[in-house]
Amino acid sequence: MTTATASATGVGAHAVRPDVPTKLSGDFEYSNDVRIPGMLFGATKRSPHAHARLVSIDASRALAHPGVVRVLTAADVPTSNLLGHIMSDQPVFVEEVARCEGEAVAFVVATSQEFAWAALDLIEVHWQPLTAITTIDDALATCDSPLHPLGNVIRELHIERGDDFTADVVVEATWETGRQDQLFLAPESAVAYPTGDGGVTLILATQDLHTDQHQLCTVLGLPPDRVHLINSGIGGAFGGREDITLQAHLAIAALVTNRPVKTTYRRGESFLAHPKRHPARLTYRVGASSDGMLQFVEAIVELDGGPYASTSQPVLGSACYFAAGPYRIPAVRVDGRVVRTNNPISGAMRGFGAVQACFGIESTLDLLADRLGVDPVELRRRNVLRDGDPFPTSGQVVRDQTPLDVLIETCVNLPYPDVDAHPLREPGGTGSTLMSARTQQGEGFALGVKNHMYGEGVREYSWAGLTLSRHGLTVSSSASECGQGIQTVLTQIVNDAFPGVAVTLAAPSTYMKYSGSSSASRQSWMSGSAVLGASRLLLAHLTERLNVDSVAFEEGEIVDAAKRRSLNDVLGDDEISVEYEYEAPPTSHGVEAFGTGDVHVSWMFVAHKALVEVDVELGLCTVLGIATAQDVGRAINPREVRGQILGGIAQGIGFAFNESLETRDGLSTNNSLTDYLVPTAADMPPVAIAMLEFPDPRSPLGIKGAGEPSSLSSTAAIAAAVRRATGQPVARVPMRPWDLTP
Amino acid sequence: MSSCFSPTTLDQAIDLLAAMPHLRVVNGGTDVMVGVNAGSAKVDGWLNLRRVEDLRGIEHIDRGLRIGGGVTFAEIEQALTHEVPALAMAARTVGSRQIRSVGTIGGNLATASPAGDALPPLLVLDTEVDLVSPRGMRTVRLNEFLVGPKRSACAPDELVAAVVLTDCKGAQHFAKVGTRNAMVISICSLAARLDAKRGHARVAAGSVGPTALVLDIAAGLLLQRDGADDFADTVAQSVSPIDDHRATADYRRASVRVLAQRIHHHLWSEQVGR
Amino acid sequence: MNDQHVRLNVDGETVTLAASPSTSLLRALRDAGHTAMQGACEQGECGSCTVVVDGRVQNSCLTPALACDSAEVQTVKSLLQADLAEAFIRHGAVQCGFCTPGFVVAAEQALDSPDPLSADDVRERLAGNVCRCTGYLGIVDAVLEVDRSRRASA
Repeated sequence: MTTATASATGVGAHAVRPDVPTKLSGDFEYSNDVRIPGMLFGATKRSPHAHARLVSIDASRALAHPGVVRVLTAADVPTSNLLGHIMSDQPVFVEEVARCEGEAVAFVVATSQEFAWAALDLIEVHWQPLTAITTIDDALATCDSPLHPLGNVIRELHIERGDDFTADVVVEATWETGRQDQLFLAPESAVAYPTGDGGVTLILATQDLHTDQHQLCTVLGLPPDRVHLINSGIGGAFGGREDITLQAHLAIAALVTNRPVKTTYRRGESFLAHPKRHPARLTYRVGASSDGMLQFVEAIVELDGGPYASTSQPVLGSACYFAAGPYRIPAVRVDGRVVRTNNPISGAMRGFGAVQACFGIESTLDLLADRLGVDPVELRRRNVLRDGDPFPTSGQVVRDQTPLDVLIETCVNLPYPDVDAHPLREPGGTGSTLMSARTQQGEGFALGVKNHMYGEGVREYSWAGLTLSRHGLTVSSSASECGQGIQTVLTQIVNDAFPGVAVTLAAPSTYMKYSGSSSASRQSWMSGSAVLGASRLLLAHLTERLNVDSVAFEEGEIVDAAKRRSLNDVLGDDEISVEYEYEAPPTSHGVEAFGTGDVHVSWMFVAHKALVEVDVELGLCTVLGIATAQDVGRAINPREVRGQILGGIAQGIGFAFNESLETRDGLSTNNSLTDYLVPTAADMPPVAIAMLEFPDPRSPLGIKGAGEPSSLSSTAAIAAAVRRATGQPVARVPMRPWDLTP
Repeated sequence: MSSCFSPTTLDQAIDLLAAMPHLRVVNGGTDVMVGVNAGSAKVDGWLNLRRVEDLRGIEHIDRGLRIGGGVTFAEIEQALTHEVPALAMAARTVGSRQIRSVGTIGGNLATASPAGDALPPLLVLDTEVDLVSPRGMRTVRLNEFLVGPKRSACAPDELVAAVVLTDCKGAQHFAKVGTRNAMVISICSLAARLDAKRGHARVAAGSVGPTALVLDIAAGLLLQRDGADDFADTVAQSVSPIDDHRATADYRRASVRVLAQRIHHHLWSEQVGR
Repeated sequence: MNDQHVRLNVDGETVTLAASPSTSLLRALRDAGHTAMQGACEQGECGSCTVVVDGRVQNSCLTPALACDSAEVQTVKSLLQADLAEAFIRHGAVQCGFCTPGFVVAAEQALDSPDPLSADDVRERLAGNVCRCTGYLGIVDAVLEVDRSRRASA
């Protein structure tokens, strides 16, 4: 519903985001701000068990409550009760078995949100609890009686290159990572309304309009032209809005009651409803020659997927392909699997498997460096990929990418911002009550890598439309604006081609063609290129229309060799509309049994170093400073790129110390902001940033992805620093104080 | 029929509560509203104390320093930095600015959380709690007021009128362990006060037992200048922490021992020259 | 259910809100169409609902609406000053914007200080506002800059 009137300027400028003024004035409309007259309200009845058979549901007391209109269950699902981002394996409503805490079993529709929530207690659900599978090992041990008809293993992937897995010096280690939540601030909220022709429209906050639409069409048994989704303003996403949470419930409710229906999740249920970062166990054997040249990496990558697939398949791909980091390694073997458990569902979160892989390989290389007696950064220098080298896992030739030696040196030589001036320098928090006399400092370094775009053979494309009238330009793109700034990027690209012309962006919706998800750090390259293509096409149309050799824009007017004209002069009441579909360079699926091939479009690289101070008796840490060098391709908007980098580092800090949704027997123990602790302003250190601009030659504007890298190696660098300060092995993130004390 | 009553005097408040026992007492709301928002706490009506002037004010009386039950943590943090540093330090670590601006000491006592940051400092300051009801006022020592986890000796028709800190003399400190720099519930905390000249020592710990705990035996060891290790060991042995989702019992016990070591050293270094 | 009413002043305008005992000020305001504050947690842990009531900065999610009869409430709409807005823009302090109204209120309150603010002070005063997008540094820099410039021109 939000139409931004652009005020940005061209590529490379610190352009003002067009959406900022209304965000500052409190007028910006998020999905929970949407109100439609006559709307009803929904609330979700959820399983309190991690694994249980549904015995019966009795909604009669709820239905007797004044204000309750309907109670929906699996019986009300029109066509198919199964959906999923890739694999259709997740029920809209529990039919027979709930496989994780929080799974939806019913949806109450009432005349107020308060009535709807109150009515939840009046729905009696009888469950027969079943044994919960809560570890990767238990999942693997019970494959013969799987918790899901499709089996306990969602995906297995084997990658192998080279054949000599021997070396002078070998280290072995196992690492674990926790269950980070995206913790986007705006809880799930949406409105669905019937369109009178048997169809339904939703106003919501999603990263992927067309994939949501596709799933809803399957569930509702309706064609796409009857199911439309429009993005309102989105309050953050970070991967947490790629799956169906409330969409199907609302759509069914709207169709069944023939009224608009809205629901807003409360924070506790939000934690349970959307998939989170996969907990991982990574087991490494890494060998090097005695002069520090890597010979082989063997890695076992195991991910806890929760009961439903979500995006587990590509997450595993990412975790496996980046399990050996950005290094030159003659022999690599990765065995990966993602399994089903009755723990909370896992799915996409910024970094998408590459965060876990980075922690694994970087931690192992630090161990190796210790064993070799080599400085950890020097070990990276000796082994990092150079132009023409094969990527260690896929074997794909690395070409025309940012020189990694430059990346390393830039980071190493970047001074930390004034460390002594760092507020809250001592571990212990506000007021410095801990009187930490004996603190230890430590420094850590890590390199991160991940692909941008989907890869692994997925056909990838993005559409954009442009309409020019005498009032200016309207940009149509279904690329979701989650706060990351894609609409600003698109505006700046258009500004460059049409200087001085007023630009408006239509709200992303399924009325526009597919541009793919706002994920995988892909939209600036993909939708940016689509908008660039559309711009060129529009200029070509104008050239033809005016029957001249070429046109350009200056201060909002059309200029050709002969004269200068206003849009009004040229167009009058006319409009010119163009559309353009940009297709990414193709990738291939990994070769059968070896996983090798040109599986990625290209990569984003990043280096982090971190300085920490640790109260070693208490195991409490302060990050004194972070310095990072990031390969950004081309900084379309340096201020916004900086914002993305800082935001990713904050999430990396959170993952290093506190952020994990913990469970006992599959049930969450900290699904609230009181106990799921994210960094506050008091926890954020000063950060020095170097942006390396080596444009990717295959990217029409040289753009590379900028959103994810800052979350890749920040956690690993901090963990490395804490190891150095404490001498503790730090086999797991997040690091808890009791892991760090002797 | 109104369901929110906002008296302006303590007498009015007591009378209202006696007449309508179903009313839920609220001042800052920072504890009770969490459950209300989540739907787990039902409220039929409020007794809103925000306008009761008798609950405000910090003043010296015969018994000691009187802090009205409606005084906020922000006010305590600002007003008592020099006079009662242990309490001011604890107030500073409570929640956020938004919480401190309306959260009251009376509310903190009524909630009686084992992790309440203000409670260990109040205990070492020999605090008394003045409770008022239609039956008049009675005074209960704070350690007797804290009965169990989230349970206090406050009767259903009583209100916390004030706390009186009867002994603020001596070097004092409050230390809190949390895994984030601000807005964090303590994993363990320790408050202590030492006036070696007068032979007074008090120690209290938080988040390591069903209530904030007064540690009398340890306090005796605090008086021994060379007894830091014994003191720390005794503190660690005197607490009864549990494993929960925030921390392990072992870590809590080990940390409170570390805090005790540091506080002993710190308070004795403050004694030099007195 | 929301059968009672309170009359209060919101950003200079007299407003009547419907509420029940369990309705927070946040929900009562938002239900009445005042959406310049958000409820990201409704536990007092994120600050997205921050407003000023009778001069005190607080989480509107933890304030019972019925306790606000005749109260004076200020939100970002009456508290945001142009220099802070401009500094927020220039320092990249706004991305998704969900935390922004709460941050602005907390920041304007923090700036209402007799003494100059250090970075330490700003971080501590804003520690009750969670941001997931910006990593905070732009916000802290914006507030520090405004503190300096307001004192310089005072």
